[in-house]
Amino acid sequence: MTHALFGQLLVGLINGSFYALLSLGLAIIFGLLNVVNFAHGALYMMGAFAAWMLATYLGVGYWWALLVAPAAVGVVGVAAERLMLRRLYGLDNLYGLLLTFGLALVAEGLFHHAYGNSGFSYPVPEALQGGVNLGFMFLPIYRGWVVVVSIFVCTTAWFVIERTKLGAYLRAGTENPRLLQAFGVNVPLMFTITYGFGVALAAFAGVMAAPVYQVTPLMGSSLVIVVFAVVVIGGMGSIAGSILTGLGVGLIEGLTKFLYPEASSVVVFVLMAIVLLVRPAGLFGRTR
Amino acid sequence: MSNRALRVAAWAALLGLGVAAPFLVYPVFAMNVLCLALFASAFNLLLGYTGLLSFGHAAFLGAAAYVTGFTVRSWGFPPELGVLAGTAVATALGALFGGLAIRRSGIYFAMITLGFAQLVYFLVVQMGWTGGEDGLQGIPRGKALGLVGLDRQYTMYYFVYVAFLAGFWLIERTIHSPFGHVLRAIRENEPRALSLGYDVDRYKLLAFVLSAGLSGLAGSLKALTLQFASLSDVHWHRSGEVVLMTLLGGMGTVMGPSVGALVVVALENVLAGVGDWVTVITGAVFVACVLAFRRGIVGEVRAVVRRSFIGVKPTAE
Repeated sequence: MTHALFGQLLVGLINGSFYALLSLGLAIIFGLLNVVNFAHGALYMMGAFAAWMLATYLGVGYWWALLVAPAAVGVVGVAAERLMLRRLYGLDNLYGLLLTFGLALVAEGLFHHAYGNSGFSYPVPEALQGGVNLGFMFLPIYRGWVVVVSIFVCTTAWFVIERTKLGAYLRAGTENPRLLQAFGVNVPLMFTITYGFGVALAAFAGVMAAPVYQVTPLMGSSLVIVVFAVVVIGGMGSIAGSILTGLGVGLIEGLTKFLYPEASSVVVFVLMAIVLLVRPAGLFGRTR
Repeated sequence: MSNRALRVAAWAALLGLGVAAPFLVYPVFAMNVLCLALFASAFNLLLGYTGLLSFGHAAFLGAAAYVTGFTVRSWGFPPELGVLAGTAVATALGALFGGLAIRRSGIYFAMITLGFAQLVYFLVVQMGWTGGEDGLQGIPRGKALGLVGLDRQYTMYYFVYVAFLAGFWLIERTIHSPFGHVLRAIRENEPRALSLGYDVDRYKLLAFVLSAGLSGLAGSLKALTLQFASLSDVHWHRSGEVVLMTLLGGMGTVMGPSVGALVVVALENVLAGVGDWVTVITGAVFVACVLAFRRGIVGEVRAVVRRSFIGVKPTAE
C-alpha cells in the first residue's frame, strides 16, 4: 500500500520536475518578450529527439547529449526569434501565441512525417542504472537524478535572475525595455538570447525526459497544455513561484493517481478552476 | 448604385448561392462548410469583436456534437430537439467556463480556455456514454418536426442552411447592435469602457456565452450531417483550426470567418491525399498569416476596395 503511494508520489514528483523546468522557461520568455511560447512542447520534443538521434546516428551518449541537444535546439530558437518572432513585438501579444502555435504544428508535423506514431526508447545512461531500496519504496537512480538535477537547474536559474548583474538586466528589461535601452544595453540582442535560453531549457527537459518516457513526435503537445495550466495556477509573477507550483502540481497529480486514478488527467484543470475562483491572479501572481 | 443597394444586392447574391450550393458542389461538403462557417463566425464574435482569444472553442462544438448524437441515437430525440439539447449544453458550458476565464485577461484567457477544453476532452475520453476512442457512430438523422425526413442529402442541406442563416443573422445583428458597439469599445480600450460605466465583465461573459452557444449549434448540426461525433471534435487541433479559419478569412469582419472556413475545408479536401503533411501545411499557413497577412482575405479585399473606389485610407488593424 505505502509502496504504491510513494511510487505514485515519485512519478508525480518527476512529472512536476518537468512542469517546473518548462514553466520556468515560459515565464522567462513571457517576462521579457511578452510572448507565450506555444512551441515550448514541440521544442521539448525536439530536445528528446535530438538526444535520440545523436545516440542512434552518431553514437553520442547521454552526457554529451545533455549539452549538445539544448545548444542545437537553442540555435533553432534563436533563428526563429530573429527571423519571425521579432516582427511581432509591436503588436498585440496574441500574434506571438499564434505564430508559435503554427511553428509547433510545423515541427510536430515534420517529425510525425519522418518517424510516425510509434515511440522510441532511449537507454538510461550506465552510471545511473539500477536503483536503491529505501525501505518504504524502491527508487530507480535515474528518477532520483531527474528530480535533483531539475531542482538544481531551477535554483540556479532563480539565483542568476534574482542575484546577479545579468539577472538584474533581465528584470529591468521585463519592467521597462525602452529605459534599459536608453542606458546603452543592447535590448534586441537580450531578447534573442533570452528566447534561445528559454528554448534550450525546454530542450534540456526533453533530454532528461528521453530515458523516462517514450520519445515520440507528440510527446510535448498535451504536456504544453498542462504546463499552461500550471502557469495559470502559479502566475508568472515570480520565478520561485513557478518552480514550486510545478513540483506541487506534479505531487498532487501523483496523489490523485493513487486515490482516484480516473481523475488524474483532469485534476490539474480542476485545480486551475479552483485557483481562479479563490485567487484569480494565481498563487504567486501580482496583478491580472 | 447607392451603397445600400449594393449591400442588399451582395447579400441577395450570397443567399442565392447558399440555396444553389448543393447542386453546385457535393452536398456533404457544402454542409460541412456551413457548420464550420457558423463555428468560425461565432468564434469571431469573441476574437474579432471583443478581443478575447479563446483557445478552447472545440469544447463547445464537440460537447454539443456528442449531446446531440447521444440524445438522438439513444433517447430517440427528434433532430430539432437534439440540436436544441446540444446547443443548450454548450451554452451552459460556456457560462461555466466563461465565468471563470474572464477573471483573467489577455494571454491567460487563452491558456485557461485551452485548459478547460482539455478537461472536456479527457472527460469525453473517459465517460462511457461517449463511446471513448470510437466516438458515437451511426447517428440517425430522423425527421425534422416529425414531417420531413432528413436522410436525403438535399433536405438535410436545407435544414442545416436554415439553422445556419438563423445563427448567422443573430451574429450579424449582435455585431451591429448597441451591445456589439460596447463589445468593440471593450476590445479597443477596456479601461475606458469601464470608466464610462459599462459592466465590462458582464458584457464579456454574455459575448462568451453567446459564442459558445452558437458554436454548440454548429457542433450539433455537424453531428447530424456527418452522423458521427468523434474525439477530433473536442481535440485542441479543432480549437486551433477555428482560429486559423478566422485569421485567414479576416477577423473582425462579418464574412471573413465563413470565407476562411470555405478555404480551410476545401484545402483539407484537396490535401486529404497527402496524409500527415496536412499538419505541416496548416502550421505554415498559420505562420504566413500571422507574419504577412494579418487582415485576412476579406480584410485585404476590403482595404483594396476602400482605397481604390472610395478613397478611404485603410485603418490599422
